[in-house]
Amino acid sequence: MKDVILSLSLRSIRIHLLRSVLAALGIVIGVVAISSMGMMGANMTLSVTEELSSMANNLVVRAYSGGGGFGGGPGGGGASGSGDEFITESEFREITKIAEKYGLVYGVQSESDRIEVGDRKGRATVYGLDDRVIPSIFSLSEGTFPKSTSSVVIGPTVASRYSLKTGSRIDIGDPDNGGTTTVRVVGILKERGMSMDVNSDSSIIASQKLFNGIYGREGEYNQVNIILNDINDTQKVKSAILEKMNRKEETVTIQDSSRMLESITSTLGTMTTFVMAIAGISLLVAATSIFNVMMMSVTERVREIGIMRSIGTQKSEIRKMFIYEAVILGTIGATIGALLSLAIGWVVVLAMVGSTDYFFSPSSLVYIPSAMLVGIVICVISGVYPAWRASNLDPIEALRAE
Amino acid sequence: MVETPLIELVDVTRVYPLPSGDVVALDRVSLTINEGEFVAIMGPSGSGKSTLLNQLGCLDRPTSGDLFIRGKNTREMNDRELTGLRLNTIGYIFQRFNLIPLLTAYENVEYPYLMKHRKPDDSGWVDLLLGMVGIDPAMAAHKPPELSGGQQQRVAIARALVNDPALILCDEPTGNLDSVTGHQIMEMLCDLNRKGRTILMVTHDAEVAGYAERTIVMRDGRVT
Repeated sequence: MKDVILSLSLRSIRIHLLRSVLAALGIVIGVVAISSMGMMGANMTLSVTEELSSMANNLVVRAYSGGGGFGGGPGGGGASGSGDEFITESEFREITKIAEKYGLVYGVQSESDRIEVGDRKGRATVYGLDDRVIPSIFSLSEGTFPKSTSSVVIGPTVASRYSLKTGSRIDIGDPDNGGTTTVRVVGILKERGMSMDVNSDSSIIASQKLFNGIYGREGEYNQVNIILNDINDTQKVKSAILEKMNRKEETVTIQDSSRMLESITSTLGTMTTFVMAIAGISLLVAATSIFNVMMMSVTERVREIGIMRSIGTQKSEIRKMFIYEAVILGTIGATIGALLSLAIGWVVVLAMVGSTDYFFSPSSLVYIPSAMLVGIVICVISGVYPAWRASNLDPIEALRAE
Repeated sequence: MVETPLIELVDVTRVYPLPSGDVVALDRVSLTINEGEFVAIMGPSGSGKSTLLNQLGCLDRPTSGDLFIRGKNTREMNDRELTGLRLNTIGYIFQRFNLIPLLTAYENVEYPYLMKHRKPDDSGWVDLLLGMVGIDPAMAAHKPPELSGGQQQRVAIARALVNDPALILCDEPTGNLDSVTGHQIMEMLCDLNRKGRTILMVTHDAEVAGYAERTIVMRDGRVT
């Protein structure tokens, strides 16, 4: 059917083009603001989640150190020396027995020690890991994994701080206190970022054989890490270990990263909602502008409304005419806003998150149609009162209007 | 010939409540207009003729009394039904033409047709009506402000006829026209009446009223 009411709305917009464009511009700005902020939040969440999810399936079992929470980072337990703060070989075996069917279980030994490269001295954490496990936990940026008892791989921070390359040599230990051991760097690890299991970026990773050769700590683990195949097994494995190991007395504590991840993503979500709410204010301003335009349109067209009513136009049709006008302004504004959001959102995400890897992911792009919908709905709401007012004009009074 | 009443007013009163006191615009008016009549309503300014026309055109409701159109009491109708009556049964011709400025002459005529039939006129009826009132297709493509007063009134007459109404109400149809064009418009109305249309015309011009076959004179809200 030829919709003459729609045609009247379109013509009214065309006649007052500048006014309509300015009203639609408000919606454009509102939609761009909301969707860009939403996309920024989504990209931030996705980026952080991705970074953290690599360790989300990790369980870290540490020796119970007297109720003081988690006993520090690498070497925290071991360096202080008391044998009670290590996980023993038999405890490690028991943990392995419980958890091995759910994923990879490996013991971690660590010491914070003095190192020397040429004439540069410093400190670094030295890890001792099962050499069969090392390739499955880390990735190399260059070189190979250690194959002999004198070779190590190092984290990228250590490599850059001491200008180390594959083939470089490091002296580990204090020459005045127990002597030094010279090891050869055979590989440099890729950056891994913040991690709960093994902080490899600023560490030296050695085989257990080498580690025990230096420190003589056979069968003493600072922590036992479990990489679960299925993140949903976290609670099951955690409670099975705690039940078995802590039956008689508190022997181990377990740290899992899923709660930390949840808390970070929830904080980011709250932040995104807050920023979007601020951006939403621009849509309220736009709504006022649309309302104003619609009221002006009604005032200017009082006589036309009177004519239409007197020749048999129903009130509902008059209402429709103004609602159409609001919907058209809203749809045009929201569509332009959505297109601009792609460009502006990209720039915002790049500037604020530093990467646009997740820009085209559904949970990021969903903010564009959502903001469009909010923009159109706000336009319609702004048009309701003017439309109602127009339809309830007294036709006789309206016909008298100049 | 049996005369069928198209409109019946029974003691219709219209009072406008104003802060300075009630104004009685129509005072117990009773009137019958039969199918096919051409009636002129005359009277001085403020006599209530426009108020009467608004009542007949279902644009207003009586304060008391009853108005029957084709036997149906308009008092029992809601706004939707009254609007339907204006669309289907009544054709309105105004002194100021009252065409929709956003629409072309053709679209103005087609507008009530679209409202009624919910589809465009594909039978050529709108073109026929425009031709009948002397508006050619080129002229029909113009918007009202681009037409002369006479042309606009012709378009308004075509619009009033498009839904084939039983009653045509005219409010000073020649009031804004020169005498030659006014005469042409009146001839057109007479012709419509000869073809069976009921026409009710408000005028204060005795010469124009002369075209009608019956004249009702109003004074102080009453039919004299």
